[in-house]
Amino acid sequence: MDKPHPKRKRSRQRRDVALMVTCLADLMRPSVGFAAIRLLERAGCRVSVPEQQTCCGQPAYNSGEIDAAVPVARAVIETFEPFDYVVVPSGSCAGMLSHHYPALFEGEWRDRALALAAKTWELTRFLTEVARLPAPKRPPLESAITYHDGCAGLRELGVQQQPRQLLQEQCGAQVQELSQNKVCCGFGGTFCARMPEISGKMADDKLDDAVASGATIVAGGDLGCLLHLAGRARRRGVDLEFRHVAELLVGEPRGPGIGDGRE
Amino acid sequence: MKLASDNFLQEASAALNAPEKVARRNLLGQFLPLARDSAASKYGDFDALRAHMKRVRRHTSEHLSHYLQQFEEAAVQHGNQVHFVADAEQLNSKVLSICQAHSARRVAKGKSMVTEETGLNELLLKAGLEVLETDLGEYIIQQAGETPSHIVGPAFHKSLAEIRQLFLDKHKLGERGLETASEVVEEARGILREQFLAADVGIIGANALVAEHGTSMLVTNEGNGDLCANLPPVLIVCTTFERLLPRAEDAMALQRLLVRSATGQPQTCYTSFYSGPRREDDPDGPLETHIILLDNKRSDILASDYREILDCIRCGACLNHCPIYIGVGGHPYGWVYPGPMGSVLTPLLTSLEQAHALPNACTSCGRCAEVCPANIPLPDLLRDLRQDESVQRIKPARWRHGLRLHAWLLRHPALYQRFTGWAMRLLGWLGKRRGAFRRMPFASGWTGQRDFPAPEGGGTFMGQYAARRRRGVRRG
Repeated sequence: MDKPHPKRKRSRQRRDVALMVTCLADLMRPSVGFAAIRLLERAGCRVSVPEQQTCCGQPAYNSGEIDAAVPVARAVIETFEPFDYVVVPSGSCAGMLSHHYPALFEGEWRDRALALAAKTWELTRFLTEVARLPAPKRPPLESAITYHDGCAGLRELGVQQQPRQLLQEQCGAQVQELSQNKVCCGFGGTFCARMPEISGKMADDKLDDAVASGATIVAGGDLGCLLHLAGRARRRGVDLEFRHVAELLVGEPRGPGIGDGRE
Repeated sequence: MKLASDNFLQEASAALNAPEKVARRNLLGQFLPLARDSAASKYGDFDALRAHMKRVRRHTSEHLSHYLQQFEEAAVQHGNQVHFVADAEQLNSKVLSICQAHSARRVAKGKSMVTEETGLNELLLKAGLEVLETDLGEYIIQQAGETPSHIVGPAFHKSLAEIRQLFLDKHKLGERGLETASEVVEEARGILREQFLAADVGIIGANALVAEHGTSMLVTNEGNGDLCANLPPVLIVCTTFERLLPRAEDAMALQRLLVRSATGQPQTCYTSFYSGPRREDDPDGPLETHIILLDNKRSDILASDYREILDCIRCGACLNHCPIYIGVGGHPYGWVYPGPMGSVLTPLLTSLEQAHALPNACTSCGRCAEVCPANIPLPDLLRDLRQDESVQRIKPARWRHGLRLHAWLLRHPALYQRFTGWAMRLLGWLGKRRGAFRRMPFASGWTGQRDFPAPEGGGTFMGQYAARRRRGVRRG
């Protein structure tokens, strides 16, 4: 057998990772995408951002517009299948690729969906189980943090301890737990707009829980939940800062929190 | 029971605007999951028991005609009369004709969701019979003229103070305190005891039907089911074919799952198997027994992709774990079965057109499926119903068109990125100072309850990333 080519050997050490930015980070919070790239590079990965990407198609899928979601899923599979790993800074979108895409197809496309599912990782799980971050050289974060677990990450992907471990290792932060940390915040994609009043009540329960935890920052791994909670907090005048976990892991965040202005 | 699911949103809104009730439900929503989790973890490998039961249920429904026949033969051998009825009307008239054949005047009922489904009480009352619910929760809501809000605790929505006042108004027993829960229960017990003795017909439901012995199993905490079954001369069991299990040991496995999932108890106070009318040397028991098996579209469900909902054992765990059920309570669901299982069953047993709000009352959070003892993929079934809602053109057109347009745009990345790049730059600039918008055109569903957080500014990630790459390339 041929000796491995030196270039190939290097590339084997540096993992080839495609970042699936997610539509919400793309549109609403680009700093989450840039933070994810920096974290992955610090963990020794070579990061690509495929240009053709838009969104995983969950809005149509969850609303039962399955035939509209299928071609979106096909496009995502085609865009991301050339890479060794697909890393997603969202449990919800990662769960869509890992759990729901394979159920949309039969035959060849199902095999391709399963192959993509097998190499798709939620960001914090990837950074604890595949590519580890080096120890940080910075002082611990001073603010008290609580963590909201997105339901898909929690139940479909087993993401729970990973972001807490990373916050501890990278920011020296001990998460101050919510008393009802397995209960949905009421976002639920189109649910939040189709049944806004119920969704608002669920957000209120979550905000009350967060205030009672004593934290000043609510961190999470899903921008959907965070935008919904931040929007509700702004409406009610609840003084909490909302940040995606990647923003905190990459270093002391500089810009305003989600939904906060520069006033 | 009359279907009122098309008022879901209005009723939910009313329910959310009653703060005391919201607080009570929140407490239940915290306590009941703790009780269930503790009971499940004390059992040992609860998930293995769930998986076992799933296999038994699948086997049973795949051999349904065999087990139905076995059940019927064994039940008839014990002296039961077995009736198969197609719909609500047939069940109600069968029960009425049995009552009339015995010139019955008083009927004592144990808790039966099937007879709630058929609206039996209404018909019997109209025919001039006295019908008394004997499950304490059912008794309370019957006295109050209400409908059940939970399939296990039908009167969960009522506070002790409300029940006390109800009893003071309804029971003409003179001056009394009724300060404590046990005094309230004692009063109901005294009244119900007399009624059991006076009843001509007892009606109960079943938690399981055992094919090998032709028996029906009932679990209760109050013992009212046994009194209904044993004291009146005629017993009618109203049930459905999906309660069928091959063996008694399967029914016991179901009982272990059911009780822990429902109340967090290891065991209810009473678990009874009813085999048939009194035999010659039996000291007591009914003289005549009927078992009525209602279909009511269940055969259609069995033949459809929704068949797993027939595995539901009516424990109520999905209700207790559903943040939407806990948020709004059972009544807005507008029929017999609320919460996740009800949001699947109601459209299937009644009409999707009238109940289409229910499958949308779900964030796909998955907590129901996580605890469902029957391992029913409830969020998937609810999504399938949302698909039916779209295919049958029941979903509001603006949602359907909006979602499809969005999906189309997603498949045209260049167009999508040009449009979003422009829109996000504008929104980011407009919202820079305040960080969020109070109002937003075409987004009232969002901004009715929350501010709309402004995008970070500087355009989309994809736009910024492409610009950085271009600069990088130029520098290189």
